[in-house]
Amino acid sequence: MKPSARKPNWNVLGLLPAHLIMVLTLIIPIGIIIVVSFSTRGPYGGFEYVFTTAPYKQLLFNEGWTGELEFNPQYLIVVARTLVLSAVTTSICLLLSFPVAYFIALRRPTIKVLLIYLVTLPFWVSMIVRVYSWIIILGKDGVIEKTLRGVGLVDNMGSLLFGNTAMLVGLVYSYIPLMILPIFASIEKLDPALIEASHDLYGNRLITLRRVILPLTRPGMIAGAILVFVPSLGAVLEPTLLGGGKTMMMGNLIQLQFGGARNWPLGAAIAIVLMAAVMIFLVFQGLRSMRIEGLERAS
Amino acid sequence: MNADNDVRRYPGFGVFSAIFFAYLYLPIAVVVFYSFNANRIVSNWGGFSLHWYTTALSNANLLTAVKTSLLVATVATVASTLVALMAALVLVRGRNVRFRRISETVVNLPLLLPEIVVAVAVLILFSEAGLANGLVKLMIAHTTFCIPFAFLSIRARLQGMDLDLEEAARDLYATGWVAFRRVTLPLILPGVFAGAMLAFVISMDDFITSNLLNSGGATTLPVYIFSLIKQGVSPQLNAISTLIMLASIALATVAFLLQRQR
Repeated sequence: MKPSARKPNWNVLGLLPAHLIMVLTLIIPIGIIIVVSFSTRGPYGGFEYVFTTAPYKQLLFNEGWTGELEFNPQYLIVVARTLVLSAVTTSICLLLSFPVAYFIALRRPTIKVLLIYLVTLPFWVSMIVRVYSWIIILGKDGVIEKTLRGVGLVDNMGSLLFGNTAMLVGLVYSYIPLMILPIFASIEKLDPALIEASHDLYGNRLITLRRVILPLTRPGMIAGAILVFVPSLGAVLEPTLLGGGKTMMMGNLIQLQFGGARNWPLGAAIAIVLMAAVMIFLVFQGLRSMRIEGLERAS
Repeated sequence: MNADNDVRRYPGFGVFSAIFFAYLYLPIAVVVFYSFNANRIVSNWGGFSLHWYTTALSNANLLTAVKTSLLVATVATVASTLVALMAALVLVRGRNVRFRRISETVVNLPLLLPEIVVAVAVLILFSEAGLANGLVKLMIAHTTFCIPFAFLSIRARLQGMDLDLEEAARDLYATGWVAFRRVTLPLILPGVFAGAMLAFVISMDDFITSNLLNSGGATTLPVYIFSLIKQGVSPQLNAISTLIMLASIALATVAFLLQRQR
């Protein structure tokens, strides 16, 4: 079908608003972020279009009064902490999600629907409220401390808040529904006959799990890993509320540069590093799932 | 078949799942429980009281923030759902759509980026464009990141729809518009509503973007709550949180039922 002058091209018209919004509010501004990351910091915050690589140097070095560069790992530590915490979050979510997703997938249809509803429900509940609830639980005189003191296990323990562990707890809690749903979907698609066939061939439950169930549900796990890892990398609320001012992640470091610290070029440079990390991960996972698809088609 | 002999079952998964659901809901229960605490100090139980709910509901700053959030979310929901519906119709039903995969990626772009990057992008855009009105900034930014959520719900519904029905309408000499209006739209409406509700909740819940754009007197509910948290844990905060959770659970339930409607 050729678009003619009389007949409007609905394909183009229908997509136009969505594409226009994305180009104007995201694609072009991301281009500007790249420009800002190579710009000079303005005297009153903001930035000036004067080319410099200083923001990226600042990620690694401190500049002394005489212009000499001194290695400073403070931002590198934030980047490393973000990567490690996100990876650990994803692994914990994977470990916890599989048995739950598997259990749900074997229920009767009505119960299955109810349990899936219960898994998704917290995700609809305000994120800030869910993160805040952990302040009450982990904080000084919080639920955990009170409980432990009540049974006489501890006398006086400090706050569990502010630090890597508290952030990890918050991250896992925030994003675990996003891991369960895709794993559940792929377990549901699994043909039960394959499990029976494995047992008929003298595979026990463990061998069946390792050789049949886990490999066949890998697409769901990869999807879940993407859905958990990417938002963890960019997390802002968990590090701000549970990590405290000293243990930052990239998300709240960026926010700080565009807010209180008012160093836009540095913030833009960190945003570019964050985006690069996400892109590398997505491409890597994309290649992996393509390989799995290829193997499935070949076999 | 005896449950013990069912080879698909794994011992311990049930207990594990029960513990998991407790973990999922315990933090929420803690907030609700302490919101009824008469004592000013959250962790010391001082008896049952609704005092903090009356305090919360007469808090003028809170009500202003709720109004701002509702206004922004309503505009963003209507705009993003319309835009997403148009895009989904083309991408699912359109024939000879060129660059279908790339088009779909562009529509879903906000999901592929960490939200803080989206927030920085719109912040820089608005500062370069010289846009100062806080409400307008929020409406534009929220529309952008709500589009993929509305799009995915509508797309799922469209993909599950029987194509024959629309073709039958066309065979009965319905024009394209009439077929859409009388056949397609009623059939996908549950998906459209579910998508709109998801967009609404995502907008109401947004913190990262709204916080970064927080200027020009447009403080949304999550940004206001954040400022309260920074002042410290308080029973009033728990009451506000409980009210928010009630509202979102009600919305989620409606959306869930809509999506299951055949």
